[in-house]
Amino acid sequence: MWNTLAQIDWFPFWLSLRVAVIATAISLVVGLALAYLLARHEFRGREVLDSVITLPIVLPPTVLGYYLLVLLGRNSGLGRGFEAVFGFPLVFTWQAAVVAAAFHSVPLLVKSARAALESVDRNIENAALTLGASESRIFFQITLPMARRSVLAATVFAFARALGDFGVTIMIAGNMPGRTQTMAVAIYDAVQSGNTLPANLMVLIISLTAIAILYATNRLQGERLL
Amino acid sequence: MAQLEFTFRKRLAVGGAGFELDIRLDCDAGITVLFGASGSGKTLTLEALAGFLKPDEGRILLHDSILFDSGSGVCLPPQRRNIGYVFQTYALFPHMTVEQNLAFGIQRVPALERRRRIHEMLELFGLIERAGRRPGELSGGEKQRASIARALVTEPRLLLLDEPVRGLDYPLRADFYEILRNVRERYRIPILLVTHDVAEGFFLGDRMAVYGGGRIVQMGTPEEVFHRPHSPAIARLLGISNIFSGVIEELDPMSDRSVLKTPQFSIAAPYLPGRFRGDAVSFCIPREHVALLATGSARSANGRETRIPVRIAEEVFTPTTVRLRLDVVNSPGGPGTPQDSDAMPSGPGSVESEVSRAAYQKMKIAQQKDWLAELPAASIHVFPGQSEPPLGSGLGPRARAERRA
Repeated sequence: MWNTLAQIDWFPFWLSLRVAVIATAISLVVGLALAYLLARHEFRGREVLDSVITLPIVLPPTVLGYYLLVLLGRNSGLGRGFEAVFGFPLVFTWQAAVVAAAFHSVPLLVKSARAALESVDRNIENAALTLGASESRIFFQITLPMARRSVLAATVFAFARALGDFGVTIMIAGNMPGRTQTMAVAIYDAVQSGNTLPANLMVLIISLTAIAILYATNRLQGERLL
Repeated sequence: MAQLEFTFRKRLAVGGAGFELDIRLDCDAGITVLFGASGSGKTLTLEALAGFLKPDEGRILLHDSILFDSGSGVCLPPQRRNIGYVFQTYALFPHMTVEQNLAFGIQRVPALERRRRIHEMLELFGLIERAGRRPGELSGGEKQRASIARALVTEPRLLLLDEPVRGLDYPLRADFYEILRNVRERYRIPILLVTHDVAEGFFLGDRMAVYGGGRIVQMGTPEEVFHRPHSPAIARLLGISNIFSGVIEELDPMSDRSVLKTPQFSIAAPYLPGRFRGDAVSFCIPREHVALLATGSARSANGRETRIPVRIAEEVFTPTTVRLRLDVVNSPGGPGTPQDSDAMPSGPGSVESEVSRAAYQKMKIAQQKDWLAELPAASIHVFPGQSEPPLGSGLGPRARAERRA
């Protein structure tokens, strides 16, 4: 048993963790900006934008992965741009796994953060306006602190989602052990090749993490905003 | 020139039906009460002044500076208007202490001066001991004081208060009235206060603007508004229930007297300049001006009041008074008898009176049903403008025909 444990390749675990942390950080910035835009600004096509952002939640991961492959592939404009700036192609690298994870966590974050920001009493923001505060000061000193619990809960949730992506990752990052193989992909690989022990262990780790995260988010959301 | 002058129009789509706000008002230092039913545009007016609502057209001038002018395209953002706004819900920042709430609006003031101003405010509003508390740990009255202090610490040029006592207990309301009067003395700025409480408006207002359907339908001192409402609708809004329609039966400028005839009774009123015999009029009399006399009392000596036989139909007890609904008794041949009753529909055949608890007991009103209601001529207010003549009234059309001839 301990022998087997020692033989297990921990690379997928660390890669998943790294991918999820970076993807969550990116989604937090992008997601909060989009959520604020949707919650506090009225513009044409606001709900269309909301639908487009939500799309990754309902699309099959392979479809989303295919879109991204076309969009970010070496022959696309975006893909060439990335290659020109960073010196390597984006697809089939661990960075592509970050993109895949972010595309899953951004919609979750936007959805929850929009609701959280909208739940902040508009009059409190208006009061801050009459006191001379700029929009950005109101966001960082009033709105965000007041919605912080819900935003934190949404972030933890987004992290969980980023940790477990399979479909999009395998489409655009591939399954290269030691390079792009995240835990979800590694489990698939292990089961396919009959290595039940590492599969069981990784399933256990992911399950426990998921339960811990769900418990944490429920605790965060269960309490009042303040 | 008044300190605050504004006139604006704003069309809003409210649940399919359009609502037009069309307001014009000049205010000087002191409290201007915006009074009216919910949905008449009072809060929208405050929002337009504060800059949350952009009018379609108009101009807002505050101390010679233009806050909004549709003609030249000027529309200052709320941040640059320097207006204090006290919200109905107080809108304190819940994650900050009272002191931090007060400091929020004066970040650019040098630290020493900032501390001095905050301390002064905390002291003025009795919040020194609450400085380190968050709004969640304050009582309703403290929250309200903190929100006024937060608005005033920025030294605004205009203070807006949106139903500030809603949700406060009665003793706290009295405290608030005291505070607001102090604020009025200390800061010589216009204060606009939204309320739909008649007593509060009467009590606090230097002036009163009555709202109806997005417009100001009457403007004046509370005394003027309450005693000389422009229309039956305004009178009803002010809680005046004795509103009648009738025609002018007699007009006597020499003795400053007129007689108004309703289907149920005739009543003496002051002379009505600019009116003619037979004109249809509406009039009202506040219920606290209607006195009760024992049935055996002598007839009115000088014609300065009208006495009508009545019977108590309903008694409603308030903490300090008793409201009485008095049905007019039409005794044959008496002063209240309709002359041509076959042609008259039954109109409001009752008068309301309100007597103090003391009077109610002293006069033993509980033991006696039949009384004379005394309506002093001087308390009768005839609404300006013509009202619809009562149906079937023989006098009105004939008199008008005479006038035309």
